[in-house]
Amino acid sequence: MKQPHRFSFQRLRGIIAKEFTQMRRDRLTFAMMLGIPLLQLTLFGYAINSDPRHLPAAVLLADQGPQGRTLLYAMKNSTFFNFVRQVKTEREGRELLERGQVLFVVNIPENFSRDLWRGDRPEVLVEADATDPVATSTALGSLGSLFDTALQNDLKGSLATLAGTSGPIDLRVHALYNPEVVTQYNIVPGLMGVILTMTMVMITGLAITRERERGTMENLLSMPTRPSEVLIGKIVPYILVGYIQVAVILIAASFLFHVPIEGSIILLGVVALVFIAANLAMGITFSTIAKNQLQAVQMTFFFFLPSILLSGFMFPFRGMPRWAQMLGEVLPLTHFLRIVRGILLKGNGIADVSLQLWQLALFALVALTIGIKRYRQTLD
Amino acid sequence: MTKRFGELTAVDHVDLTVAAGEIYGFLGPNGSGKTTFLRILCGLLRADDGSGRVLGHDVIAESEAIKREVGYMTQRFSFWEDLSIEENLDFVARMYDVKNRRQTVRESIEQLGLAERKDQLAGELSGGWKQRLALAACLIHRPKLLLLDEPTAGVDPKARRDFWEQIHQLAAQALTFLITTHYMDEAERCQRLAYISKGKLLAAGTVDEVISRVGLTTWSVRGRDLAQLAEQLRKTPGVQQAVAFGNSLHVSSTDAAALQRAIAPFRHEPYDWRQIPSGLEDAFISLMEHDRSTA
Repeated sequence: MKQPHRFSFQRLRGIIAKEFTQMRRDRLTFAMMLGIPLLQLTLFGYAINSDPRHLPAAVLLADQGPQGRTLLYAMKNSTFFNFVRQVKTEREGRELLERGQVLFVVNIPENFSRDLWRGDRPEVLVEADATDPVATSTALGSLGSLFDTALQNDLKGSLATLAGTSGPIDLRVHALYNPEVVTQYNIVPGLMGVILTMTMVMITGLAITRERERGTMENLLSMPTRPSEVLIGKIVPYILVGYIQVAVILIAASFLFHVPIEGSIILLGVVALVFIAANLAMGITFSTIAKNQLQAVQMTFFFFLPSILLSGFMFPFRGMPRWAQMLGEVLPLTHFLRIVRGILLKGNGIADVSLQLWQLALFALVALTIGIKRYRQTLD
Repeated sequence: MTKRFGELTAVDHVDLTVAAGEIYGFLGPNGSGKTTFLRILCGLLRADDGSGRVLGHDVIAESEAIKREVGYMTQRFSFWEDLSIEENLDFVARMYDVKNRRQTVRESIEQLGLAERKDQLAGELSGGWKQRLALAACLIHRPKLLLLDEPTAGVDPKARRDFWEQIHQLAAQALTFLITTHYMDEAERCQRLAYISKGKLLAAGTVDEVISRVGLTTWSVRGRDLAQLAEQLRKTPGVQQAVAFGNSLHVSSTDAAALQRAIAPFRHEPYDWRQIPSGLEDAFISLMEHDRSTA
């Protein structure tokens, strides 16, 4: 039998207005929406410094000549390295590394200066603590050019021929480190995706389970509201909240962390809309499964952790095993990270990001469809 | 109507007709299926079996149409405690696409007598005021049928009386009520009653009809040490129930002759025995006792 019951904008507006009022009254959630971006920005942006300097290092200096010391001074002046210990044996150096007292051991062998003068390309071994590759990669990356320029003055005259070729020194680095150089430029745009994932999924999850927990869902269901009105009405206010978070992060990225904004902000706004919608739809779907607010929060974390770990935010995406990459491809954060880094850092345009954008939109559509399908209009 | 939750049959072939403009009382112990039945009527639950019409609309196929013409007041206060009185009413009015919304809401607040407190949050209201707000919200779309689920639970006697005054006034304006309650005085204010237990309809009709259908003979005893007497009587065969009512004891049975024989040994000083017409409460206690003994 046909039911003369159409989608009503009057009702949709009513639900949106109610959500805003409740949002304003719920101080804790409101504080969370602004507090989470600020807290995470400070934590990840400042506390978790991925471009660390003055890292503790030990030196094993067997060389008696002046060039070994020149190298050490250059390393020290670069501010990446802070020589805290001088060791006598390799074994001693390894022990310091193992105990975490130093992050590097620089080994300048016997006859380093003599071999250098002879043009024998003496070996300099740098052992690095690879357990925290993010911490050491920048310092290690600087070593090559650092050594070259350091020895430039000493290699004038008769040794000038050596300076130009493959380098006067054979630099050996023993460490497994990040193939991608992670810096704040990389982390702050990524944070935008992480923060949106966490808050958007959780807030919508809570917004619906709260109605069920407080018994108001029974009331809402006894009114002639349609599922689409309720769900869209609950999504729209939080899209606005999401945009406020994006703005906060962009302003912080630009003014506090001097992240370049190469691409179009408008394009970023469009992408953010799709990404926010995808996460909100995910939250709605969770809320149709969760029985109470606590379960909604638990499910959020269930979704949030893989998002953080497998999206390429924490670890380089291409460094992950194949199965992890496949899981990561399903998560909206993975695609959003690629887009947002592309737009902000590489100045990507719409053509560059369209593939990722479609994948995001597909996720949003699937999640919202499941949410609407699962949203029960009855209590049983 | 039948509704099952797994093994449990919450509503078991309940057949009920409520006439337009009637105040119909729905009684039964806790967990008897009253709330489930109301929820089926307003489309919150789907019946597994059976059919019905509410205001001419089919209960199962036309629940949307029913929702627009029915007001349902839940047992637990189910409006938004973090919204003010005015915001709650305004929200409900929007959900029902009420014409002249602002004016309707304003009138509703004035009728409630809450014009000065309209900005107060619903969660800060006392039980009596919450109940009045809930009723006002259920009425805002001018429904033709109101389903009230234990509307006066936790409300003081004065507020309860005011509430029933209002119900009768509204019924005079051709509004139909289906009200669940535990209170006998409220049941007696209803024009017709139904008694449901374990999902089954046990009795239905006017107050007098229900009482006569149970067919109870009741004696009232006055005197000293009634508690002791009650204990003795309950052990006596032929006495089905002995219940204290203030300073007297009501002793009843569906078998008048057996009861007469049973109480004969006790009819002496200091007791004063008198046969009285059975009340609604006697009848319901009998229904409940009977139900328990057959379970």
